[in-house]
Amino acid sequence: MTRRLGIVFRKEILDNFRDRRSLTSAMIFGPLFGPVLFAVMISFALDRVVSSEDALIRVAVSGAEHAPNLVEHLRRSNADIVATDVDLEQARKMVASGIEDAVLCIPATFAEEFAAGRPAVLQLVSDSANSAAEEGVRRIRLMLGAYAGRIGALRLQARGVSPAVTIPIAIDEVDVSTPAGRSVLLLGMMTYFIIFSMLMGGLYLAIDSTAGERERGSLEPLLTLPVSRADLIVGKILATAVYMVTALAVTLFVFAVVLTQVPLEDLGMTSNFGPGTALGIFILMLPFALLGAALMTCVASFTRSYKEAQTYLTVVLLVPTLPILFAALNTVRPSTALMLVPSLSQHLVITGLMKAEVVPISYLLISFISTLVLGLLLTGLATRLYRRESLLG
Amino acid sequence: MIEVRAISKRFGQVRALESASFSCPDGKITGLLGPNGAGKSTALRILYTVIRADSGSATIDGLDVHRDSLRVRERIGVLSDGAGLYPNLSARENVAYFGRLHGLSGRDLNARIDQLVELLDITGFADRRAKGFSHGQRTKVALARALVHRPPNLLLDEPSNGLDVMATRTLRDLLRRVRAMGVCVLFSSHVMQEVAALCDEIVIIDKGHVAACGSPDGLRAASGKDSLEDAFVSMLGSGEGLA
Repeated sequence: MTRRLGIVFRKEILDNFRDRRSLTSAMIFGPLFGPVLFAVMISFALDRVVSSEDALIRVAVSGAEHAPNLVEHLRRSNADIVATDVDLEQARKMVASGIEDAVLCIPATFAEEFAAGRPAVLQLVSDSANSAAEEGVRRIRLMLGAYAGRIGALRLQARGVSPAVTIPIAIDEVDVSTPAGRSVLLLGMMTYFIIFSMLMGGLYLAIDSTAGERERGSLEPLLTLPVSRADLIVGKILATAVYMVTALAVTLFVFAVVLTQVPLEDLGMTSNFGPGTALGIFILMLPFALLGAALMTCVASFTRSYKEAQTYLTVVLLVPTLPILFAALNTVRPSTALMLVPSLSQHLVITGLMKAEVVPISYLLISFISTLVLGLLLTGLATRLYRRESLLG
Repeated sequence: MIEVRAISKRFGQVRALESASFSCPDGKITGLLGPNGAGKSTALRILYTVIRADSGSATIDGLDVHRDSLRVRERIGVLSDGAGLYPNLSARENVAYFGRLHGLSGRDLNARIDQLVELLDITGFADRRAKGFSHGQRTKVALARALVHRPPNLLLDEPSNGLDVMATRTLRDLLRRVRAMGVCVLFSSHVMQEVAALCDEIVIIDKGHVAACGSPDGLRAASGKDSLEDAFVSMLGSGEGLA
């Protein structure tokens, strides 16, 4: 019995290995796609973090000579002052056409009004529909606000009033979010990329060994052999799982290489995605290979043709994202109950490992066992589906 | 030895077989003749255990095809409609895979494959991947695959479909050779000439019913016709769907 299962298993491994095109997509494109995209996204996120803090910000100023103190303040607040000489209408055109993100127009009456203690009018020309400029405009407004606040306080002091009376309440904001917490969405993507490349690794074989075998007409002769259908289908599922595990190993290796190029610690993740973390993730994901292989085989065995199977399995590729998306949107905390949910449990544990948190060993065990049990149940279901007469179409 | 007793099978509203009975003795070639859609494939598929009859029973070498299906499968070689090879495996590997699943291995298996490669004239493409095989080449490999475990019963569904003259000759020679070894051969066909040329026993099947069965001489006598082909037509009511 098990000997025949082994024969089926070895044949499927060899058969799939010889199909160079599907092998390339399963073992190279799948595992490369995730880590590289992940690295690009992290670099992007880091870029934004850095730019919003200290980067020099370009401010076009017209009429700078009317308010030298204000301009000096802006310069000290990290503004790159570009002196221009335009009227309000020209400034509007410059911003609308995207030449400048924002133009600050200081009218000639500024100094006079300022000296008289009346609100001195400035024009800040910006385009609120331009989301790329939004952050810069917000910072210019803050700089101007800070300047106005300082001048106001000085004027009050000059009149013998404590500036504190104008501040009836003080808000002390305490933000408990950590950079690590904010990166949970990115980590969610990472789990999904791992799951995605695993499924991609087994996709072709899952289709080929069910719908493909039927379409080719090789299923019927196969079923006339003195081999139980359980041996046939389990052999096929195991071969699919082996390709998925191989894809997993390749993906983790590529992740390990790619992530050394990305300063993860700036996002509060463990800086070294080292062999320990990789091994942990590898072991954690092992039962998912069986689950994914059995799931894809079940779905593919309902379909009549290769094309139909491909269509349905594309949907299967999306299913594991749902719990992850749910977790990312609701900031779910790991709990014992959640460890029973495949894909979500892997996501939570991987996130923990990546953030260098202490993950309880019981979580690992529950995730591993529950995923394995579901995988075995689906294998059982696949065996039942394979016994149906309508399997032959 | 194949015995079919009153088997019926329906697919939804379609009655594919209705109380069909016939038998095929060892060492003889039995032809299942009938127009397309007569129920020939259904009968064969029940015999080679991939589908189950709704009623009636069938035995191969005394074993019930449903209850003892695993043991029946050890005793049959099958050529199904559309050879169905694995395109990424060579001819030899395709045959070896089935041989292994029949429990053969090592030198035994290799010797048997060598023998079949020679017998079926596969030598020229034995080690090529099946991907680019012609229809004739595919049928030869599928035949080798069906024979690899020396089955005492051979079931073939429209084996000569789409074969050229040379390949058809190889097939006929092979079936005669296998018959000489005492194998029970059952094949389906809608080609009268082929059945007339090859068969020791003929089962005429139409709309799921067995219209007649017997030896060629017996059928001629029963229908009162001189030529076997006239006998077929008279028993089926018309020659429609036959070739």
